[in-house]
Amino acid sequence: MNLWTSFLEALESLSANKLRSGLTILGIVIGVAAVIAMISIGRGAENTITGSIQGIGTNLLFVFRGGSEEVRNPKPITLGDAEAMADPFLAPSVAEVAPVLQGDGKVSYGGESTLTSVSGVTPQYGPVRNVAVTEGEFINEEHSLGRASVVLLGTQVAEKLFGRKAGLVGETVRIEGQPFRVLGILEEKGGSAFANQDDQVLIPLTTAQTRLIRRSTRDRVDMLLVQAVSAQAVPQASEEIAQILRSRHQTEIGADDFTVLTQQDFLDTARTITGVLTIFLGGIAAISLLVGGIGIMNIMLVSVTERTREIGLRKALGARKIDILVQFLTESSVLSLVGGLIGILLGWLISVVVGRIAAANDAAINPAIGLDTVLLATLFSTAVGLFFGLYPANRAASLEPVEALRYE
Amino acid sequence: MSDWVIEAENLTKIYKMGDIEVHALCGLSLQIAQGEIVSIMGPSGSGKSTLMNIIGCLDRPTSGEYILDSERVSDLSDDQLASIRNRKVGFVFQSFNLLPRATALANVELPMRYAGVGRGRRERARAALESVGLGDRIHHRPNELSGGQQQRVAIARALVNEPAIILADEPTGNLDSRSGEEIMQLLLSLNRQRGTTLIIVTHDPDVAVHTQRSIRIRDGVVEDGS
Repeated sequence: MNLWTSFLEALESLSANKLRSGLTILGIVIGVAAVIAMISIGRGAENTITGSIQGIGTNLLFVFRGGSEEVRNPKPITLGDAEAMADPFLAPSVAEVAPVLQGDGKVSYGGESTLTSVSGVTPQYGPVRNVAVTEGEFINEEHSLGRASVVLLGTQVAEKLFGRKAGLVGETVRIEGQPFRVLGILEEKGGSAFANQDDQVLIPLTTAQTRLIRRSTRDRVDMLLVQAVSAQAVPQASEEIAQILRSRHQTEIGADDFTVLTQQDFLDTARTITGVLTIFLGGIAAISLLVGGIGIMNIMLVSVTERTREIGLRKALGARKIDILVQFLTESSVLSLVGGLIGILLGWLISVVVGRIAAANDAAINPAIGLDTVLLATLFSTAVGLFFGLYPANRAASLEPVEALRYE
Repeated sequence: MSDWVIEAENLTKIYKMGDIEVHALCGLSLQIAQGEIVSIMGPSGSGKSTLMNIIGCLDRPTSGEYILDSERVSDLSDDQLASIRNRKVGFVFQSFNLLPRATALANVELPMRYAGVGRGRRERARAALESVGLGDRIHHRPNELSGGQQQRVAIARALVNEPAIILADEPTGNLDSRSGEEIMQLLLSLNRQRGTTLIIVTHDPDVAVHTQRSIRIRDGVVEDGS
């Protein structure tokens, strides 16, 4: 018996019971569709998150105060540290250093006000963080030196205060009551893994130090953003930064009082989290595929009982065990294969719809259906059909011909 | 080599029903010659069906020797028995036992599929159907055929692999007397044309009169006619 004939025969006997076969297939369809949809949505979320991390800038390193827990009284990161890192002889792998002071403040204009994050930044912040202005200009050295009262507004802040995102240069807003002239509007970035980059304002670091965000010492900053000269140089840069800080802070060996994180660290963490999420979602969906498989087994058992006489006849005519086994396994595999194919289509449809809904709600998840997902689902569903078809088929194959022929 | 197509020596068959042992055959011996037409008769419970199952290689004797067409069958595996049935035995059942969803042609092709015949299956099946007078009905399904026609399809299916014996179990039992008579004539003419040994299990004396020899079974042994 060749496979093609068995396939046609399986189609024929399945189509004899269309409703029953259809319902059995439906179980597999739902299972496969759920797996496909969940995995592709998970992948889409991963792409979105990693994309937004990459959007922060390129080849970035983050330097924070505080290291391992045993270290007491970690020394703060200072502007002096930043200057040392910017020295090309001390740290040849470092391209730019952007110190940041971070705080919150009430920004108001006329009757409108909003509580937002206020960052004191240097001109290096623009290229390092990959931010630009849509109108006006970025903070420059002159503003820094002159401790100018100028501010760059995120688009959301601009919307809240003025109800528009353009034509605002030269207006005056108040931050914690102090007047600041609007220097420019920041490019819209969308949500990110850390904070909403559109809901913030930037002022010169020097202005922040003296007037808004006061720290215990003058030259202390909250964070350094460091850009390495190239992607390959990131580990090297990390090492150079650590060396500089160790000697400047005079730390004991093995007790760093600072932390250097690379963009890759954030990416890895995000990938791990979304990967677990995807597996978790896919696992739950796989359970429904399992239930579909049990449906196949159930229907195949019924079918074997119904066709006992037919099996007896086939055996009388010379069918060996393997012939009967193949016949019933083909039927269950056809059920699951057809279910799998329809399920892939449905799953794709679901993920597209979810993507659309997410896009409509400003949370861009772009569901990604890979060939591997499709192959996996097809393979898995066929395997389910084979596995759950095996027991009924084996039962059919082991029937005694005499008994089976006598069965009413 | 003997002329016997069937040689059975001292067959016994014991069924275990719980604790009770049922002796269906008690040392039955029997020979049937090549080309012979034989009827096997006996009241119900005589062991007639058991004998038929063993002759048709559907079942094994508990003890004794059975040789079919010079092949020792008594202790073969299930799959070897299936192969013997496929090549050497053509079955004709009382209730026809056709696959309801398959055409006459597909039904007749079935034994050849299990025999592994690849090419020429369709032509051979068509020829077999023509030889039973159904050349114009090959694409009909069983429910589109009369009882007599269905039994003809079953006979075509039985002879398509050119078996050594055709084993018919009450072949006219479900037919009216006229179609029954036609089926009997068909079986007899196949025997004449092809020399196929014909064994008919029946309790109908009208059927038995057509056969050259009548074997009567009673209480698991041959009573008369061996």
